[in-house]
Amino acid sequence: MGFWEIIEKKGWYFLTTLLDGWPETLTVAIGALIFAVIFGLVVALLRLSRWRMLRWVSTAYVEFFRGTPALVQLFVIYFGLPDAGVNPSPMQAAIVSLGLNGAAYLSEVYRAGIESIHGGQTEAALSLGMTPVRAMRYIVLPQAIWTMLPPITNFAIVLLKDTAIVFAVGVVEVMPLARFLVTET
Amino acid sequence: MNTKPNVGPLLRIDSIHKQFGQLKVLTGVSMNVERGEKVSIIGPSGSGKTTLLRCINYLEKPSAGHIYIDDKLIGEKEMGGRYVHLSDRELARERREIGFVFQRFNLFPHLTALGNVTIAPQKVLGLSRKEAEDQGRKMLEKVGLSHKISEYPERLSGGQQQRVAIARVLAMQPKLMLFDEATSALDPELIGEVLRVMRQLAEEGSTMVIVTHEIQFASEVSDRVVFMDQGNIVEQGKPREVLFKPKETRTREFLKHIQER
Repeated sequence: MGFWEIIEKKGWYFLTTLLDGWPETLTVAIGALIFAVIFGLVVALLRLSRWRMLRWVSTAYVEFFRGTPALVQLFVIYFGLPDAGVNPSPMQAAIVSLGLNGAAYLSEVYRAGIESIHGGQTEAALSLGMTPVRAMRYIVLPQAIWTMLPPITNFAIVLLKDTAIVFAVGVVEVMPLARFLVTET
Repeated sequence: MNTKPNVGPLLRIDSIHKQFGQLKVLTGVSMNVERGEKVSIIGPSGSGKTTLLRCINYLEKPSAGHIYIDDKLIGEKEMGGRYVHLSDRELARERREIGFVFQRFNLFPHLTALGNVTIAPQKVLGLSRKEAEDQGRKMLEKVGLSHKISEYPERLSGGQQQRVAIARVLAMQPKLMLFDEATSALDPELIGEVLRVMRQLAEEGSTMVIVTHEIQFASEVSDRVVFMDQGNIVEQGKPREVLFKPKETRTREFLKHIQER
């Protein structure tokens, strides 16, 4: 059977089968995205902190998670955590590992966005009696969000596709279904 | 709180040094500013005027020396005979009382004129939105911008932006106002409207420290003119003395240089 013949005969079957995996793909992607968006901000703020120790910890975190393959991170969490007495489900391990990985990337997006706001903005806020935390929340972040948004969207799309690696720990999403179809034909 | 009547100077600057790396910007500056007094600081660029102003509200930490407002230490406290820096929260509380007008306005571009004027009273002083807006409208009216309340900064001229910045400071009802070359970034035809507002504040009795290059304005508005050069005060006194009959050669040279422009 030629390629187009197969597509013609079984195309609809392929598509519906693949679509069965979508809920899992979306759950992992959205879960990891929420995790990364929140935790990434924490990492970014630590990195901009005035305490060297906190900056050091967050830099180490970012370099580690950007410097090692996501698949290895997933394995460490899924197969490593049980040794520490925690038994994550494949889905939980997938969300946490992609979330931790994404936080490292997003923290750099946040940092760039925050640093793009002119220092005079923070100074003006401080001189009006705001604490650094309030200055960040009411003055810097509301402006920085507009430079951060495009790369965050970009990240979300990449994340959606990167969820494919989680089939390695047995989350049945689109990727394993596709491989199943490959073997079937 | 402190209930004794305040009789000392409002602002006391005690031997402030500031060093950036090897560069000595301030070399032990001391001066007092009385309640209601208007002090202009003039001097060549690099003389430390702006740094001194920034040290007063601790935007810049002095390398040595102390600042007092109403006899209360600013930016630090004494504990067991040692001076320690205040926490962010304590420092923020002290800064409420010190208004700062920047050379480059530093308005918040994501907020309207009214938003700029009301954000600190709401988030810092805890005023309700309505209270803050009622007050904010009054402040904008005072600087002649009632008709620009809902404009964003990018749609305002430099002079209008600086007047919003002054209204934003007024809304915090500070004891002391610091002006850092408030008209230096403005086109010549816009300087007048900002100086008019500053003059009005001076007449109402605000205590002001003004770093400026506007010699004419300094001579009309200030009670005292301070000439700084190379990180310290060279000469100070009544405007007509310092500006028109300076004792020091450096002051004479600076004034001559400025008039030749």
